[in-house]
Amino acid sequence: MPQVPTDTNVAVNTVPRAKPHWYTRLQSLGPVIGLVLLCIAGALLNPNFADTANITNVLTRTAFIGIIAVGMCFVIVSGGIDLSVGSMAALIAGSVIMTMNTVGPLMPSPLLAVALGMGVALALGAAFGLAHGLLITKGRIEPFIVTLGTLGIYRAYLTYFSNGGAITLDNDLSDVYSPVYYASLFGIPVPVWVFLLVALLGGLILKRTAFGRYVQAIGSNEQVARYAAVNVDRVKTLTYVLLCVCVGIATLLYVPRLGSATPNTGLLWELEAVAAVSVGGTALKGGAGTITGTVIGAILLSVISNILNLTSIISVYLNAAVQGFVIISVAFMQRSRR
Amino acid sequence: MSVAVSFHDVVKAFGPVQVLHGVSFALAPGRVYGLLGENGAGKSTLMKILSGYESASSGEVRVNGKPLKFGNSRDAEAQGIVLIHQEFNLAEDLSIAENIFLGHEKKHGWLLDDASMREQAQQALAQVGLNVDAGTKVKQLIVAEKQLVEIAKALVRKARLLIMDEPTATLTPGETQRLFALMAQFKADGVTMVYISHKLDEVEQVTDEVIVMRDGQLVAREATRNLTRQQMASLMVGRELSDLYPPKSAAPSGAIPALKVKGLTVPGWAQDVSFSVRPGEILGFAGLVGAGRTELFEGLMGLRQRTAGDIELHGQAVRLRNPREAAALGMTYLSEDRKGKGLHVRFGLRENLTLMALDRYASPWLRVKDELKALAQAVDDFGIRAGLLDSLASSLSGGNQQKLALAKVLHPGPKVVVLDEPTRGVDVGAKRDIYLLIQKLAGEGLAVIVISSELMELIGICHRVAVMRAGRLQTVLEAEQLTEEELIAHATGTH
Repeated sequence: MPQVPTDTNVAVNTVPRAKPHWYTRLQSLGPVIGLVLLCIAGALLNPNFADTANITNVLTRTAFIGIIAVGMCFVIVSGGIDLSVGSMAALIAGSVIMTMNTVGPLMPSPLLAVALGMGVALALGAAFGLAHGLLITKGRIEPFIVTLGTLGIYRAYLTYFSNGGAITLDNDLSDVYSPVYYASLFGIPVPVWVFLLVALLGGLILKRTAFGRYVQAIGSNEQVARYAAVNVDRVKTLTYVLLCVCVGIATLLYVPRLGSATPNTGLLWELEAVAAVSVGGTALKGGAGTITGTVIGAILLSVISNILNLTSIISVYLNAAVQGFVIISVAFMQRSRR
Repeated sequence: MSVAVSFHDVVKAFGPVQVLHGVSFALAPGRVYGLLGENGAGKSTLMKILSGYESASSGEVRVNGKPLKFGNSRDAEAQGIVLIHQEFNLAEDLSIAENIFLGHEKKHGWLLDDASMREQAQQALAQVGLNVDAGTKVKQLIVAEKQLVEIAKALVRKARLLIMDEPTATLTPGETQRLFALMAQFKADGVTMVYISHKLDEVEQVTDEVIVMRDGQLVAREATRNLTRQQMASLMVGRELSDLYPPKSAAPSGAIPALKVKGLTVPGWAQDVSFSVRPGEILGFAGLVGAGRTELFEGLMGLRQRTAGDIELHGQAVRLRNPREAAALGMTYLSEDRKGKGLHVRFGLRENLTLMALDRYASPWLRVKDELKALAQAVDDFGIRAGLLDSLASSLSGGNQQKLALAKVLHPGPKVVVLDEPTRGVDVGAKRDIYLLIQKLAGEGLAVIVISSELMELIGICHRVAVMRAGRLQTVLEAEQLTEEELIAHATGTH
């Protein structure tokens, strides 16, 4: 290490660590505080809200969007966006069901067919993500445009395969598959466990690996990252692969719930995922964001709709409006942060 | 109407960094002032305050006796104060005429009067000697032409006080002479001018009076004819120039070149450039803005497309397709554009320092403690003055940001390092630190390439200096041949 003699060397060894300003800390705690207040309000308005069954229900329904939002957080922190995740979920759901139905009769056990179908969900997700990533990095097309295109493509193919109707899972397969959605472990439904696992792993990857650091570096300033010998194209592509594998996971948890895929499956999931990330304090222009915030954002949004369902203060038809106000006010509170 | 300006105890601080420490002086109408000072002396900031692009933290600026409203460039322009930026202030996608009238459009009722704007713009272009249609989009112009458009803009806006920040940096000698003729004409019309330049011969030629700033303070004011160029330079630096540059070590000889480049071509920027640098050697690259030095090395690092050229590192032929490969093979590059390409200003110091060598800290989880240890070490080694170790890079002063950027590109432990404008925008003290550091690195066997627009700096620290002009390597001068005149002659093609 080089030693620089300086004329006016100051003692730098005893530099204190910074304490974040209380206001900054309050802002980063904003979503948590919001969620806590919302839950208290919910419990006061309707005693059923605090019910274990209701909470489990809310968390299970959050799991799908939540898992996708974890992946979306990586893409958004890197400065990208993916609008196609809802359509992709629909097409993956359809493909999974068709695969299972096709190979079911050929396999010695239905369990094998289900396992194969689940593998297809993950493989398709990875393949779609790779395609997005390569089109964006090597093809040098805006992520918004690439995924706007695939948004239409995926849903159109699902509609075509289902002939405009539903693709339904065979009954005997459905019996084998349904525990993936309906079963519980220590009283907590499987999707919630998976959500927890994905979130923990996502948080670790974003905050504690070189890849995660590169994702933030690229979102913060892509040029600087490129000049700093970061393999920008590879890292960006991997964020899309990661997101689309998350979509695959969310879909394979979702399919046994209804056992079918229709042209309406996964409708507007992309917006809910982006909203969760954004409410969680991640700026759409990228650079900084947290998985914790994203998870809280996802839960916050589904708690809102749950409370509207349980109480009659505001019409349930205004659900999207309330969420919209929340999204905008959260963004407003966070705007001064940068 | 002419404009008299006076500064009264003007103070400016950016966050914790104070760049102006109470500056007071007055400018009389109709004179040409040379404003001198090193990078970071505060002259650009002061001029931005005068022209309304920045506001002062305290103090007052009076124009014709009346206090100027700060931070409002329209107000300043209404008084006839026009600043021609060093970095141009042109909208690339608009035409020349649209740029010249931007914010001052002529109208027929609700509609724009394009025809008359075009005509007037065309006249102004003719006056500054730019032979281009006023409807041309600015992005199609080269840098020197943009400079002339800026001057035409000042002309159309009827400037009464014209501030020019390094106006000739990109101009050819012919264009420079035309600019000087134009300035003489302005002066005859009673326009006050502030001329900021590092080219002391030009300052000597065109100014009536010289104002020297150093470290945010006014240090001297003197009629130009009473000063020699040597005296101007000493006033700027604040010490004898020879003290600024540490004594050179002997040039290394013999060894296999650390880097050898043959016939490198970067389309549009560099043609058939060959050079080599030995371990322990400091090789300078001189040239005018736009000579293709930065682009040559971006091409070398794989940041730009290159169409021809053989590269050898330590005698091994290599293909450098991107900076990652270059870093893996022991070559790193410090960009001239610190905010845009060099540092993540919204990242902490630690994240910036370790970014290029992150694999070292991942197993696979990043060991933040080791990163912090490395940061504490780097802060000591490089003399980075940071209030808090986990503050953001943006909270550091320019000089300390630059030291951090240097620490960052050296963190992977390269064998060859390319430093593009390593002392841009840093104060004299930090400059000296950086020179000492560069010499120390060379002493440890690192091959150092320094690209710089400050000729004195190249002369002061380099063993050899390569001079580029219009994308071609003109010559490589040995230490004993290095003089400012020699370098300028090769850089401008007037040798």
